[in-house]
Amino acid sequence: MTSTGISRLFPAVLAVIILALASVAPVAAAEADLAPLVQEFSNRKYDPKVEAIEKLGASGDMRAVAILKALGNRDLYTMKSGDRVVLARETADGMAISDPVTGEDLGTVPEKALQKIRLNNRMRRTISAAIGTLTLMSPDAAIRGDAAESIFLSRDDDDLEVLDAALAKETDPDVKLLMEQARAAIVLENGSPDEDLIAAIAVVKSRGDRDALSVLTGLANGEGPVAEAAKEAVTGIENRLELWGAAQNVFYGLSLGSVLLLAAIGLAITFGVMGVINMAHGEMIMIGAYVTFMVQELIRTSAPWLFDYSLFIALPLAFLIAGLIGMAIEHGVIRFLYGRPLETLLATWGISLILQQAVRTIFGPTNREVGTPDWMSGFFKLGELTLTYNRVYILFFSFAVLALLMLVMRYTAFGLQMRAVTQNRPMAGSMGIRTGWVDKLTFGLGSGIAGIAGVALSQIDNVSPNLGQSYIIDSFMVVVFGGVGNLWGTLVGAMTLGVANKFLEPYAGAVLAKIFVLVFIILFIQKRPRGLFALKGRAVEQ
Amino acid sequence: MSHFSSALTRTAAALAVGAGLAWGTAAHAADTIKVGILHSLSGTMAISETTLKDVMLMLIEQQNEAGGVLGKQLEAVVVDPASDWPLFAEKARELISNDKVAVVFGCWTSVSRKSVLPVFEELNSLLFYPVQYEGEESSKNVFYTGAAPNQQAVPAVDYLMKEAEVERWVLAGTDYVYPRTTNKILEAYLKAKGVAEEDIMINYTPFGHSDWQTIVASIKEFASAGKKTAVVSTINGDANVPFYKELANQGIKAEDIPVVAFSVGEEELAGLDTAPLVGHLAAWNYFQSVESDENDAFVEAWKAYTKNPDRVSNDPMEAHVIGFKMWVQAVEKAGTTDTDAVADAMIGISVPNLSGGTATMMPNHHLTKPVLIGEVQDDGQFEIVWETPGTVVGDAWSDYLPGSKDLISDWRKPMSCGNFNVATGKCGGQGE
Amino acid sequence: MSGLLMRSLDRYAVAFFVLLAAVAILVPLANLTLPAGHPLHVSTYAVALVGKYLCYALLALSVDLIWGYVGILSLGHGAFFALGGYAMGMYLMRQIGTRGVYGHPELPDFMVFLDWKELPWFWHGFDQFWFAMIMVVVVPGLLAFVFGWFAFRSRVTGVYLSIITQALTFALMLAFFRNNMGFGGNNGLTDFKDILGFNLQAGTTRAGLFIASAIALGLGFLICRMLVRSRIGQVLIAIRDAESRTRFLGYRVEAYKVFVFTLSAAMAGVAGALYVPQVGIINPSEFAPANSIEVVIWVAVGGRGTLFGPVIGAVLVNYAKTYFTGALPDAWLFALGGLFVFVTLFLPQGIVGAVRQGWGKVSRRKRSGDEPAKPASQAAE
Repeated sequence: MTSTGISRLFPAVLAVIILALASVAPVAAAEADLAPLVQEFSNRKYDPKVEAIEKLGASGDMRAVAILKALGNRDLYTMKSGDRVVLARETADGMAISDPVTGEDLGTVPEKALQKIRLNNRMRRTISAAIGTLTLMSPDAAIRGDAAESIFLSRDDDDLEVLDAALAKETDPDVKLLMEQARAAIVLENGSPDEDLIAAIAVVKSRGDRDALSVLTGLANGEGPVAEAAKEAVTGIENRLELWGAAQNVFYGLSLGSVLLLAAIGLAITFGVMGVINMAHGEMIMIGAYVTFMVQELIRTSAPWLFDYSLFIALPLAFLIAGLIGMAIEHGVIRFLYGRPLETLLATWGISLILQQAVRTIFGPTNREVGTPDWMSGFFKLGELTLTYNRVYILFFSFAVLALLMLVMRYTAFGLQMRAVTQNRPMAGSMGIRTGWVDKLTFGLGSGIAGIAGVALSQIDNVSPNLGQSYIIDSFMVVVFGGVGNLWGTLVGAMTLGVANKFLEPYAGAVLAKIFVLVFIILFIQKRPRGLFALKGRAVEQ
Repeated sequence: MSHFSSALTRTAAALAVGAGLAWGTAAHAADTIKVGILHSLSGTMAISETTLKDVMLMLIEQQNEAGGVLGKQLEAVVVDPASDWPLFAEKARELISNDKVAVVFGCWTSVSRKSVLPVFEELNSLLFYPVQYEGEESSKNVFYTGAAPNQQAVPAVDYLMKEAEVERWVLAGTDYVYPRTTNKILEAYLKAKGVAEEDIMINYTPFGHSDWQTIVASIKEFASAGKKTAVVSTINGDANVPFYKELANQGIKAEDIPVVAFSVGEEELAGLDTAPLVGHLAAWNYFQSVESDENDAFVEAWKAYTKNPDRVSNDPMEAHVIGFKMWVQAVEKAGTTDTDAVADAMIGISVPNLSGGTATMMPNHHLTKPVLIGEVQDDGQFEIVWETPGTVVGDAWSDYLPGSKDLISDWRKPMSCGNFNVATGKCGGQGE
Repeated sequence: MSGLLMRSLDRYAVAFFVLLAAVAILVPLANLTLPAGHPLHVSTYAVALVGKYLCYALLALSVDLIWGYVGILSLGHGAFFALGGYAMGMYLMRQIGTRGVYGHPELPDFMVFLDWKELPWFWHGFDQFWFAMIMVVVVPGLLAFVFGWFAFRSRVTGVYLSIITQALTFALMLAFFRNNMGFGGNNGLTDFKDILGFNLQAGTTRAGLFIASAIALGLGFLICRMLVRSRIGQVLIAIRDAESRTRFLGYRVEAYKVFVFTLSAAMAGVAGALYVPQVGIINPSEFAPANSIEVVIWVAVGGRGTLFGPVIGAVLVNYAKTYFTGALPDAWLFALGGLFVFVTLFLPQGIVGAVRQGWGKVSRRKRSGDEPAKPASQAAE
């Protein structure tokens, strides 16, 4: 759309708005000013759009907030005939459109009649800065705080006036601090007398985080008292962050450990307890992930409101389906191979090939999308620690699964029978335990747990036919390192390997860190040939 | 003696299986033209390559409906090299010498191309390679229909420098030859543009890397130096989903630290919830969202062929579309499927690409391509935010690498050389 | 010694050698002398393919020697194979000389375009064929010796040993993937031109490599056969069946194990070295743990502890793979996976074992039990 196009259209749009205003209610005269700015969004070039956003931000008109938010959420469209900018919402019989400024209902049009307004990163950045400026005076303290934050990040000296006005009125101490920091950042960015700068450095330093660092680092490069002050502030913040950095690394390590643990627990049963070299273990994880995908797919088509609970629905289903498949494998193949562990390797390898290809045939070879529920997205801050929700939940989830499994092993009749059968099969049999049935259930349990691990791993990794392959080797390492047949060993093994890996990674890089961990395992096994927590007694000699 | 002979027969039975195939298949009567498709349908690369096999089958079907080539029907020969690189070479030989295919469309990874290259040269057959790659190669027998680094990486960096005013760069890639070479080129390019050493961070990760916490955190740290920072990602296939998930979870938004990727297209995004990734960038020569009649027709046909209305298209698919059209034209022009005649006829052929322009096969066996930059949208598609005014000629030998800056490739007679050194005036690298 | 040789060459072994010699002579001959249209002509494709199978067979033989006769299940034997292959690959790389795309007289192409200035130290010497050939045996052998010396002395056994061999090959794979290592990273070594001055793409060179592979397989078979029929072989089998008891009897179990493990690794290295010029590429995916597991599967399919078995298994499984990937490209994993399950369930002794059992029944019926004492290798099953 060219500028002549706009000017040709402009009178028509104005007329509509004036009509609308006349018919609804005569409000403030300033309102008429927004409409031409909004109409600028129909431009195909980005520069005029960015300019319009900035002007909307500077207008001080609270209605601009909703308009900018709609723009940011991509709810604004242009009509293909006439280029009018409208707000549109999807309904059953098409797109319900309305005027973005007045809210006037303009009826329903088919989707094809509308064209989404294009956004780019610069526009998005300008929008959040503009919303920040506009909401500085909001009655809600939290919104004012966010506004001050976004001004801190944009550091636009046009905002200084508004900020000063807001500061004068601000009563909430937390928000006031944020505003002062934002003001200091603007001062630092745009140059002032030295004493102002040094004062501003102190204010920004009090934040003590990465954002403060990015404001200060630029100043620290020069000479003179300001640079000195900035340098000192930077070192102070860096020292503080370094400590937090170590804590952060521990979290990363535990988080990686929890992933390893989840992947390995099932194997600790099928391999560790039953002695089956279960190469199809990874595919059980994969099946769990695909169950999650199917559950979400069903929810998307038939009950979208359930989406946040999709993982809770998927968990028992994944356990059941993977468990049943595991039992079928045990019944069809594994039970003929007890006492011949190395042959289970061969058979389960074959099964894993078949399962992979089956999934590839059914679901296609490409990645499938498993969504993250809202409560698992994003992160929260604990001091300077960035903790992502999904990692935190997975960490606790892995502990919960392990704890539950230990309880089952220790305190249930099935757990008792399971231990009895694995320790001394003929004796257990002669005590009346149906050893065949217990084997089947045990293998099902291990597979089922791999299935629920798949549900969790679908949140952080690809859901593809190759999913299982990427975990199988790590899982074996963990179980063997921890000591075959010992669940505590699996826990300690997973966490040790996770933390070791994450502490090596910043120095050695991701590849070398992994190599070092593998070499460490090899050397460790020389020292303790039966892993961290070795089983003792004759049972070992098999 | 009877024992001996019975033992002999038993061992013979076993070894004969191996030897048996030695006296292999006899050539069929050729009333069709065979087209080999050499894409992994299993193993790690199946995720990307299976789609290309389907595209080829569709194109061949369409061509047959339109009357075939030279009055003959085309016959697709599909094999599975199973993401196993020596198997690629074996299968290539099988296609060429047993199945007698006239041309092969295939390969994805650089290593698979390197593995089959000697086979194609030895048996003098043609390969169409559809994926963006590191360059530094020009074979008489290979037509590179994907992008060379100057058709993807360099313009993308230019865009970020000019439009997003990026001053600090993270070059993150999977540790293999394409990212290594691309990053070498970009590093040289950025330094030539005045970017300081300390404003470039280079990071490599293994294939299938899934734990990105540390690296994403270090990117955040690198970005907090008060300069606008961007990530140039040459992270390969499988590792991308966990990478983007981690970016989203750690709250890195495109407004703050944009990530521009060279290996992430519509297919890769299909496995992701893209809402938190809106605004991150990708540079390709084609996006599904391109507005042109050719593209609308192709996308529609593709969805109908796969019977899946959600099926997406991507850049390597377009490369096969272009490559196939070119091959058909070259065969028609040459009047034969003979390798040398077709290879000569290929150079200079122009066909419409899917983005509304034309692709021309250059004498260096690379294509002219437009460069498009797209931003990820919440529906898994890309919004094109920038494109080159015209098309860019693919450069087999990068000007930014010391080893190759003097090399050019021209397969027209009389030069017919893939690595002509303009400094020494000799064919064959650095001469001597 | 000659007694041992005679004992090793029973009628089965002789039959094996006769067949191997027939293949080694007839296949290249049919390829080189018969015209392409002749019904008995063997295509170059088939020569390359069978040559590859022969290398795999030698690799499988080396695994069978330690798994079938000493009970060491190595899930990392692919590492030794790949190391041998890399040693050969480095020689072939150096032979390219100025014929690389950049024409650099000394550096391989991948070093030129990644802007390496000089040849890393470990590449020196590989321009000499004899040096490379020594390295083919020494590098895998030395690694196996060191690894085995530590592992067996610490009495790491069973699955623990299997898993750390897997860790070994996995770590090596990651290391070789790194471009900084100087082995060409993911692309590995490729684009070879000639070996000892003979063009690798020439039919006669292929025939030569084919015959060399057959000879290597035959020699490997003979060495294994002599070893397991010797006194040492008896001790090895004792170790496999009751390691602690053998140790109590005063045998130095570790020494035997290290010896056989090293020998087996060297054999795998030779197999790798012959494999590389025939397939034209060596890259880190040869180190992939899945590859090593596959080798174990060839042995199991053919019949563990039989020496014939691994050869048959390697040829059969790989032929199945070649055939299925062409004939059933979308479903061949079902067939291959199904084959593995079938073999474990119904042929627990592998093909050779099953044939022997079947044969045993028939011949017992024929000769009503007057068969002489079974040869040791059968008793060892």
